[in-house]
Amino acid sequence: MSAATEAVISRILKTNEADLLDEWLKEQLTAFRAASKISETELRGQSKELLSLLQQATQGGHVTDIQGPSFGRVRDMLGDVSRSRSLHGFSPSETAMFVFSLKRPLFVRIRNELSGDADQLATVTWSATELLDKLGLYTTEVYQKSREEVITRQQQELLELSTPVVKLWDGILALPMIGTLDSARTQIVMESLLQRIVETGADIAIIDITGVPTVDTLTAQHLLKTVTAARLMGADCIISGIRPQIAQTIVHLGVDLGAVITKATLADAFRRALEMTRQRERVLKPRV
Amino acid sequence: MDRIPILKLRDLLLVSIQVDMHDRLAMQLQDELTARISETGARGVLIDISSLDIVDSFIGRMIANIAAMARVLDAETVVVGMQPAVAITLVELGLNLPGVRTALNVDKGMALLESATPDVEDLPDADAGHPE
Repeated sequence: MSAATEAVISRILKTNEADLLDEWLKEQLTAFRAASKISETELRGQSKELLSLLQQATQGGHVTDIQGPSFGRVRDMLGDVSRSRSLHGFSPSETAMFVFSLKRPLFVRIRNELSGDADQLATVTWSATELLDKLGLYTTEVYQKSREEVITRQQQELLELSTPVVKLWDGILALPMIGTLDSARTQIVMESLLQRIVETGADIAIIDITGVPTVDTLTAQHLLKTVTAARLMGADCIISGIRPQIAQTIVHLGVDLGAVITKATLADAFRRALEMTRQRERVLKPRV
Repeated sequence: MDRIPILKLRDLLLVSIQVDMHDRLAMQLQDELTARISETGARGVLIDISSLDIVDSFIGRMIANIAAMARVLDAETVVVGMQPAVAITLVELGLNLPGVRTALNVDKGMALLESATPDVEDLPDADAGHPE
């Protein structure tokens, strides 16, 4: 690509800045109803900034090399815009349209400028397309990445949220489990329960599975492991909130919950736990 | 040479494992503990493993064996203070230690033992039939 071609884009961007901005804004407003999610002033501000940054970036040549150093600020700016748009609920195509809608106004200007030279017109149009396509794809990429960050963070939060170990009474812990249990989660549940047993010195732990929609063999086995591990440490476990379907599943699967105390509701389990501690105190008090 | 001390406290034997268990140590503990139980006529054994953070299948089985042997010798055994990581490991190894009593700490273990073994004062002639 000759230096002249590159200079054309930069020159057009510079000389027609105001016109380009107006037409581009009009394009954006018709292409998607941006006004509902973003104010026109803000949109104008963003567009203006991008235009001037583009103009600076294209000045030094390497028009289509958007990974190059001259495009550093353009990339930063586009990154910020697409991140904030992804957070404001814009769709990926709406975010990309921010860049793509610049095509028509820019191409019209290029055609006016080079109307006499078909060869150069084609070359310049091509490089302008390439540039804008790359920038558009870049916004989509950033958009995607920021969405992925959100998902990862939410997964992490969900994991932390879903495993609270609460102290119900002196020496009684409760573990209300919610959602599907997979191996990773059950491992965390098991560890946090055992850790809390050590910290609080609780004798009884109630595992409430009212919020667990389904139980398969693996889940049942994990539950049993948790109960056994707690027993090895010297704490008793009560499982409560088993739904009728789950009870059926457990029996059909042939899982033996024989040694485990099970109660219909958390309240029943709590009553039983209180009885157990009171019983123990009655037995132990006179001697201790 | 490492040695695990066995303390006699009234009619109970206290074993506190403070060092890393290796196989020979476990075997030695098994020998000494059974000997001491029959020697002293202890009614209860309390094994504190709160300082033990690593177990393998052999040590796990030794703990179960020691507890079973003590029971055969008419001494209730309580294993106290098992660390979460140890408990998880034993469960994953399939060692559920059936029949072994457990407690969270020495205090609770003692209380459990005292409630489980008949009080010597209530049975003044309990030792009468014991060949010494």
